[in-house]
Amino acid sequence: MAVGLVIVSHSARLAEGVVELAEQMAHGNVRIIAAGGTDDGALGTSLMKVTQAIFTADSGDGVAVLVDLGSAALVAEMALEQFATARRQRVRISNGPLVEGAVVAAVEAAVGASLDEVVTSADAAVELNKLSKRT
Amino acid sequence: MAADRVCILAWLRRSAEVLHEQRDYLTTLDAAIGDADHGINMDRGFTAVMDKLPSVAEADIGTILKTVGTTLVSTVGGASGPLYGTAFLRAGTALAGRQELQPADIVTGLEAALEGIKARGHAQVGEKTMVDALSPAVEALKVAVASGESLEEALYAAGAAAEAGMQATIPLVATKGRASYLGERSADHQDPGATSVTLLLRAALNGK
Repeated sequence: MAVGLVIVSHSARLAEGVVELAEQMAHGNVRIIAAGGTDDGALGTSLMKVTQAIFTADSGDGVAVLVDLGSAALVAEMALEQFATARRQRVRISNGPLVEGAVVAAVEAAVGASLDEVVTSADAAVELNKLSKRT
Repeated sequence: MAADRVCILAWLRRSAEVLHEQRDYLTTLDAAIGDADHGINMDRGFTAVMDKLPSVAEADIGTILKTVGTTLVSTVGGASGPLYGTAFLRAGTALAGRQELQPADIVTGLEAALEGIKARGHAQVGEKTMVDALSPAVEALKVAVASGESLEEALYAAGAAAEAGMQATIPLVATKGRASYLGERSADHQDPGATSVTLLLRAALNGK
């Protein structure tokens, strides 16, 4: 199918909003799963939500995980460590910015890019220039 | 003198009480330089630990500590979940199968916890984190145990070193964790994570 995406945010609403934006670029070809907030809906991150989202996003072609703040990366790293080697090798955490990274990753995944290509593009999204004409 | 499972369970119980009592204090510290949830998160995590402990009350110390770790990871919510969770999981792994701990074993467990936190958080001393309290505590414990002091004396030394490390976080500018987003403005505040580490180590003496 395609590389799946997991959007990890401290805020459930932020995660869902980013999924909404990214899906607009993926035209239904990519599994993009939100993992926002704690288990009881407060601001924070949940290992269980992140773990389940990775399972749901994984069609076998791999999963790119995008995170909002540092502690979301800690939880994502912990999720990876509990997987068996085969699954762990097809899940990667991107250091890219959450919104731009997710949109770029969705575009790449939708056209069938590999996990490496998706993550490289999402990481590079930090360089995207939003104020056009400025270089 | 050794610490058996009863001592470990008493320490965990005392830790939960202290974190509950100090919940607002920790949250106030975190409100100054973070996301104002450290007290709430730690209290929630250790309340869940208390609910879980009866199921492992007869288990070995390693199993008890690992159960604390997995419980904290899944209930704490903030960064302290993975950090404390990893600390307890690593300590539990280092002390797997043990029914009682000699002072040297406590050094082993606490060293494993420190290494776990440093690896998980990619943190070193001086970055205004839990490591600033735990690292000197481990060092003080090691020195005290090596010089043949009693477990009580060694734990006292560890707690005092943690407290000194905690106070030394006040002038530091944070370079790890949520406080790092504040840059220079994170200075002149005591780190909440270093504070909860100190409370937990101090609870080891009160719980005996």
